[in-house]
Amino acid sequence: MSTNTPSKASNVPQLQPVINDFVVKFANVNGSGSASANNMFAKAIFRMGIPVSPRNIFPSNIQGSPTWFEVRVSDDGYLGRRGGQVELVVSVNPQSMAQDVADVCPGGYFFYDNTYPLDFKLIRDDIHYIGLPLTEITNKQYNDPRRRQLFKNIIYVGSLAYLIGIEFSALESVVNDTFARKEKLIPPNIQALQMGFDAAEEAYKSPLPLQLKRRALNEGKVLMEGNAACGLGAVYGGATVAAWYPITPSTSVAEAFEQYAKRFRIDKETGEQKFAVIQAEDELSAIGMVIGANWNGARSFTATSGPGVSLMNEFLGLAYFAEVPAVLIDVQRVGPSTGMPTRTQQSDLLISAYASHGDTKHILLFPSTPKECFEMTADAFDIADRMQTPVIMLTDLDLGMNQHISDDLEWDDSRQYDLGKVVSTQDLENMERFGRYLDVDGDGVTFRSLAGAHEDKGAFFTRGTSRTEYAVYTESSDEYEKNMQRLLVKWNTAKQYIPAPEIDIIDSSHDIGVIHYGTSMAATEEAIDLIAKKHGLKMNSLRVRAFPFQDEVHEFIAQHKQVFVVEQNRDAQLKILLVNELELDSAKLTPILHYNGEPISALAIVTQLEHALDLKQAASVSEQAS
Amino acid sequence: MSFLKPSFRHPSAPLNTLGLTTKAYEGGVSTLCAGCGHDSISAAIIQAVWGLNIAPHRVAKISGIGCSSKSPNYFLNKAHGFNSVHGRMPSVMTGANVGNRDLLYLGISGDGDTASIGMGQFAHVIRRNLDMTYIVENNGCYGLTKGQDSATADEGSISKKGTPNPYEGIDLVALALELGATFVARSFSGDKDQLVPLLKAAMSHKGFALIDIISPCVTFNNHAGSTKSYDYTRDHVEAGAVMDFVPMEQEITIDQIKGSTKTVSLHNGGSVRLSKLDDGYDPTDRRNAIMTLHDHKAQEKLLTGLIFLDADATDFHNTLKLPKQPLNQLNKDQLCPGNSALASVNKGMK
Repeated sequence: MSTNTPSKASNVPQLQPVINDFVVKFANVNGSGSASANNMFAKAIFRMGIPVSPRNIFPSNIQGSPTWFEVRVSDDGYLGRRGGQVELVVSVNPQSMAQDVADVCPGGYFFYDNTYPLDFKLIRDDIHYIGLPLTEITNKQYNDPRRRQLFKNIIYVGSLAYLIGIEFSALESVVNDTFARKEKLIPPNIQALQMGFDAAEEAYKSPLPLQLKRRALNEGKVLMEGNAACGLGAVYGGATVAAWYPITPSTSVAEAFEQYAKRFRIDKETGEQKFAVIQAEDELSAIGMVIGANWNGARSFTATSGPGVSLMNEFLGLAYFAEVPAVLIDVQRVGPSTGMPTRTQQSDLLISAYASHGDTKHILLFPSTPKECFEMTADAFDIADRMQTPVIMLTDLDLGMNQHISDDLEWDDSRQYDLGKVVSTQDLENMERFGRYLDVDGDGVTFRSLAGAHEDKGAFFTRGTSRTEYAVYTESSDEYEKNMQRLLVKWNTAKQYIPAPEIDIIDSSHDIGVIHYGTSMAATEEAIDLIAKKHGLKMNSLRVRAFPFQDEVHEFIAQHKQVFVVEQNRDAQLKILLVNELELDSAKLTPILHYNGEPISALAIVTQLEHALDLKQAASVSEQAS
Repeated sequence: MSFLKPSFRHPSAPLNTLGLTTKAYEGGVSTLCAGCGHDSISAAIIQAVWGLNIAPHRVAKISGIGCSSKSPNYFLNKAHGFNSVHGRMPSVMTGANVGNRDLLYLGISGDGDTASIGMGQFAHVIRRNLDMTYIVENNGCYGLTKGQDSATADEGSISKKGTPNPYEGIDLVALALELGATFVARSFSGDKDQLVPLLKAAMSHKGFALIDIISPCVTFNNHAGSTKSYDYTRDHVEAGAVMDFVPMEQEITIDQIKGSTKTVSLHNGGSVRLSKLDDGYDPTDRRNAIMTLHDHKAQEKLLTGLIFLDADATDFHNTLKLPKQPLNQLNKDQLCPGNSALASVNKGMK
């Protein structure tokens, strides 16, 4: 055991032994190859059948800045962030050590590289220090500096296997799969894991009270990033044209689409690609391409983040008025363009809902899990075609770029694409006169014709609003107003095609309701459980899955005396949208907000709920009474 | 602006191979000013598409915003059109074109639309060598907002208000050549004899074809001192490589022009026959084209005609390895991998 480990203070509190319920936080240097080691750690736990939620908290930087990877394990299946200090910090970055030491809960563990002595200012007397000479080991073992750096990461994972009980075979299986195509990398990785394991065992004769035990809780589940699920959903939903511009955190949506399309859509004989991926010159162009392709009846989408949505505003308005389908996946991040692009938020709600000038509003979808990312992306194409309007799916960095446990993806092979109201050549042939903007069946959605469909009928000049129901140019005020009214009818029609809210009623007296959406789901559900456990207070919840809001949302709010709205932005954007669209009294909805760029935690929600409901006081009163 | 269009056509108006007269290629009544160069261009487009024997409904017309971008309404009524947003015709065009490769794509833009807000998209659609004809109806001013200078107005050209333009004008032809455009031409709305064969060749070119057409604005930029007026343009035009477009099925010879000729085959079977000028101008040589353009500019001459052609460059459809069948016609069975494939995806994420 190295002499560089601080001497153990005798009064350091001890954690109670705990199984599968703690948080490990890795502090790394960006670009040092730590991400793959940390993912290996999380995946091995997943393969042990334990609910696990890894989250990468990273800087806008390629190399050198501090980056963290937080892994929560929870037998209870809580997959949101817990919040608060963590039980174990794995420190591999001297830059952030002061903060990392402070992150450890009393009695918790600070694992670090003790090749060099620890600054005495970093010594706390209420936590345990676990030093292992990682640099010394790698310097001895490897000559090449890059290998020293990369294998240092694998070595600490091996040490953790000993300390917290990761099954070595689970780690081996992850290594085998990770390097299936570069087999010669398998033995050195296994060797590095073993070195780390042995070093920890030698230095610390007994493992930590934080232990992992095999479970069977991940049957029928995958560990997947939301962005990959979106890309795959677009392949399944029949998208043929993906036009995009690189922007964190949405880039991997387009990349996943391309990767899956190459896997499933290349004709083996001819090499022809039944898809087009176009890296546009900017977001203005990306959305223009999407609108052009959809105008021609080819399903097309783009993926971007907040700054991209800002740039796409003008085109989104055109698509709304000209009634051209379009699918946009907005992986939200902290704004503005020079903001914190690698941090998460739910702050594009309002800009998306009312994107563009003039009276516009857009269909929004809010997935909460990778499975929903997959399904809603595929559904978005049906909805966009059916409603002939842009559909914006709002995910966020947390969902998009982190791996989440999700139910296995499924596809109903009998499902057909709903292309909506498109007239065929024969339809046109049988028609006396085609009216592109003529509402023939009263649902506000009109029939569209595609270019080249008929030699004589169906052609029209697509433009914003200055036209009649037959797409003939006019600047008539009456025609304009009539058209705008029809678009409202269409807006209401959309409610039946978009995903319904998910409602959970556990309190029949309907005192308190909690509304949430997207990635606030897991932490909100946990917070509701915690409040019930701690204070005996039951709360009902509703998860909004789409905009426009359906009647169920309105009813839920009306039913409850008090309603909280949980979201990850400063201005309570969902609340504003609810108040505005459902014409509610603003006082009825109390915002629960979290917007510091880190994913929302159950603790943050519980704290705010307790404060708003005056619960701590109530609890302490009852304690006194008993 | 004319309010009525007579329905009467000469009973013996010629038919193309589809059995159609040019009437089948006409559009709505123009709302542009009487004498607008753009209307002459619309007429030339009608002639060209009719002459190429392309069914009007197999054309897609896409434009940005401005006087020029209104004009697709005034030709090819049987073709779908899309009046998109300012400067962004190229992106809508790219999406539409990739989505259905089976149509003939005409992009109609103006100098305000292309040379300012649209500059980025103009550059990038050229880089991709998208199979389209990009027509710039270039009058050096913003007509719809009453005659402000545009970015193609020449330095020193006098505006309607009487002030000379202090800025260098952007030459879209020179720019397109630098950016690697595979078909670059310039013409004059008042020279239909040159414009119609140029349009035919551009539409037959497999790849990106730019025709920058000087199209005087009769209301705001046709006065003395303007370098985009009818008079100035007529006085300064000099045809470069004089060109005729020869469709596959008919051989036309031009015998009124002296000097050697050169024939470049196009991918649709037609060909472009070039009659070289005495100085040996060769429009298949990009460097020479750029030099010749600059030489003419130095002499205050407007070089028109086919300035550059590379008929063999890979177009965007081929770069993307798109199937012969248009993407918009692929069905669910061709696009959706199905549930069994999903099982293998799930397996990879365990």
